[in-house]
Amino acid sequence: MATVRLKKGFDIRLLGEITDKVIGDVPAPNTVAVIPDDFHGIIPRMEKKEGEHVAAGEPLYHDKNHEAIKVVAPVSGTVKEVRRGERRHIDAIIIAPDGDKDSITHNIMGDAEQVLLQSGLWAMMRQRPYDVVPTPGIRPRDVFVTAFDSAPLAPDLDVVLGDKRQFIAKGVEVLNGLTDGKVYIGVRDGQSIDAPGAEVTTFIGPHPAGNVGVQAANTAPVNKGDVVWTMDIVTLARIGELFTTGKVSHDTVVAITGEMVQQPRYIKTVMGADLQTVLKHETTNLAQSRIISGNVLTGVKVEADQWLLAPYRHITVIPENNKPDEFMGWASFKPSRFSIYRTFTTWLGGLSKARSFDSRIKGGERAIVRTGEYDAMLPMDIYGEFLIKAIISGDIDKMEQLGIYEIAPEDFALAEFADTSKLELQRIVREGLDRLRAEMS
Amino acid sequence: MNKIEPSFRPGGKFAKLESVYDGMETFLFTPNTTSRSGAHIHDGNDLKRTMITVVAALIPALLFGMYNIGYQHYLAIGQAHMGWFTMFLYGLLALLPVIVVSYAVGLGIEFISAQIHHKEIQEGFLVTGILIPLIVPINTPLWMTAVATAFAVIFAKEIFGGTGMNIFNVALITRAFLFFAYPSHMSGDEPFVKVDSAFGMGSGTLVDGFTGATPLGQVATSVGEPSMTNILGEPISCLDAFIGNIPGSPGETSMIAILIGAAILLITGIASWRIMCSVFVGGLGMAALVHALPSPIYPASMLDPMTQLCLGGFAFGAVFMATDPVTGARTSVGQYIYGLLIGVFAILIRVYNSGYPEGMMLAILLMNAFAPLIDHCVVSSNIKRRARRAATKS
Repeated sequence: MATVRLKKGFDIRLLGEITDKVIGDVPAPNTVAVIPDDFHGIIPRMEKKEGEHVAAGEPLYHDKNHEAIKVVAPVSGTVKEVRRGERRHIDAIIIAPDGDKDSITHNIMGDAEQVLLQSGLWAMMRQRPYDVVPTPGIRPRDVFVTAFDSAPLAPDLDVVLGDKRQFIAKGVEVLNGLTDGKVYIGVRDGQSIDAPGAEVTTFIGPHPAGNVGVQAANTAPVNKGDVVWTMDIVTLARIGELFTTGKVSHDTVVAITGEMVQQPRYIKTVMGADLQTVLKHETTNLAQSRIISGNVLTGVKVEADQWLLAPYRHITVIPENNKPDEFMGWASFKPSRFSIYRTFTTWLGGLSKARSFDSRIKGGERAIVRTGEYDAMLPMDIYGEFLIKAIISGDIDKMEQLGIYEIAPEDFALAEFADTSKLELQRIVREGLDRLRAEMS
Repeated sequence: MNKIEPSFRPGGKFAKLESVYDGMETFLFTPNTTSRSGAHIHDGNDLKRTMITVVAALIPALLFGMYNIGYQHYLAIGQAHMGWFTMFLYGLLALLPVIVVSYAVGLGIEFISAQIHHKEIQEGFLVTGILIPLIVPINTPLWMTAVATAFAVIFAKEIFGGTGMNIFNVALITRAFLFFAYPSHMSGDEPFVKVDSAFGMGSGTLVDGFTGATPLGQVATSVGEPSMTNILGEPISCLDAFIGNIPGSPGETSMIAILIGAAILLITGIASWRIMCSVFVGGLGMAALVHALPSPIYPASMLDPMTQLCLGGFAFGAVFMATDPVTGARTSVGQYIYGLLIGVFAILIRVYNSGYPEGMMLAILLMNAFAPLIDHCVVSSNIKRRARRAATKS
């Protein structure tokens, strides 16, 4: 087992950590929704209409370009509403669950790729380049799986896995059959995993050590022309379960964390559950909170009447800023004004203490002035600043040369936090990847 | 502040001053804007804080510069017995107009430019505005400083796109403009010691045998073994240069004040220690080399290396100018090369080009031009490595 030490990065500690690994229960959801934006790269074409019945695991829609890629309903019930936004973009497909266990069983003896596509698990995998749902028919060079989440307040994926860890070995076996290369699993120091047939690597270091892209870059980097698949260990276990039992499990354990949560804890619910049910007794002051599906760096801001997003096993609730403009904030010597840089006084009190963060940007957007800020937060052999500049200027050749195929927006999330110039790096990277993908197809 | 806001928005009475309003508002209040996309939390540091910290690092050099202006003045008029406070006050009165002119001209242009482009006013000039008074000789007429500042801000900064986009250090362009446009005012006895009174303070007659040339200016024109003297003709030692009681531009004379600034910049992590250290290493190495090969034709080659570094603008340039991240090299490897070459060229120009007794300004401007090339080479090696990796795989 190889060990990789990563020096770059930073662990941001927020208030509202989970101390107890007990998994609590919440009532069954009133509504369950599938959000098409969670499956980047898929253009939805509906298979079910409003009012129709769906079984758990039955396709709701497929991709316009690859009809085989299905996105399925997590529960059985009735399609209550297909909510559309601007230009008929599908914002959410809302299902009213009927409570019975009407679910699809797959014939797992068939072609593994077809089974994955049909089961909806294909849509939960991602591919590099472009960080999108993988294109069917392409055998990936390797498969990268991360077994831990290093983001702020992130759930312990061992807890999320629970008894599903028995399916890891089967999942590795299935994926080994779909790639000519290896299945790499990245674990944190001290984490044990039983995965025969996989190449297990230990990663020691601060966030973003748990990012699958960072792990790939430090084991077998993605080159131009390569296609690799990425996922986390929970998706891998689901694949293993599918090929053992014939069914996809849509149950999930979610970590509810953050300063505005009364008692941070793990709960068990179903993917796409409505937040009103999930957060009912967890927070008191929703009006002054920001609910994030995911972590504070890469997650998505959601409203209290919306749903859990599929890619995340994590909800963070932080204070939404309600303070007035800060008088001469740039002159502050308050240690409570957190900065990883020594231009403020936080470092005197230690940077590893858990602190309160709200959603303020704390500065205006500027040109990139300070050097090395992105590189210090990106443990990859990439000149982050030069890559960002290439993306902003739309220079396709430079983007390729500087390694855009190796990255996903999440890899720049920590740099976005630390950026003195307050640029929206994740948005810039996303637009660069989408542009490149459009250019290449 | 929020009450008067509407009159500054488009359609309001003062819509033409929208940028000025925004500038004042963000200066007084850190906006409470929250993130819409991407990361939900952000670090507390912003560019304003960064720039203000650099200004704070310049304060010791500024204060000592004021004192030294007074010290040199009273020495020149034969009243060296004056107290330090009198000297400081005289220096303050002498330097204040320069600071006011520098900020008024520079910020004025920035405000107008921001309004034309309907952008937020950026804080880049906060640092430039204090650097200019520190590197322009004290006797430079104010109108010259104003013209040079306007030239530098417009042609070295705004036409490239403003803060963060310039190729050359704006303060150094100001200095270079003065140096080449008004050479007679920029060297010799005259520019570095203010001999007339400031706001009626400190009038007197010059002592006999007054010479206000900087030590490096004296060395460049000397014959044979170089000798450096102060205004009264007393010899100057390396220690004097370290403390800073010598003629020169206001900010550059005192090594002590500059080192305090350097410590602030390094502890806060704003300046690149790679650049700063490699400038000194390059300068020391080159000075040792020329000292090993002394020649009477080039009198500066006879100075010992430590004295070389203490004299003139070398230290000030290394700490405050070479480390400007916008105009310097941006890659770590590039920063070593960039700094080393600045140190080498500064001494090279100083010693072997008697037309320019001070080489730091030209060395930094030269390397400003080459910094993108250095970075290009460093980044190219990363690109080649990636291409090679792809080639061996397939």
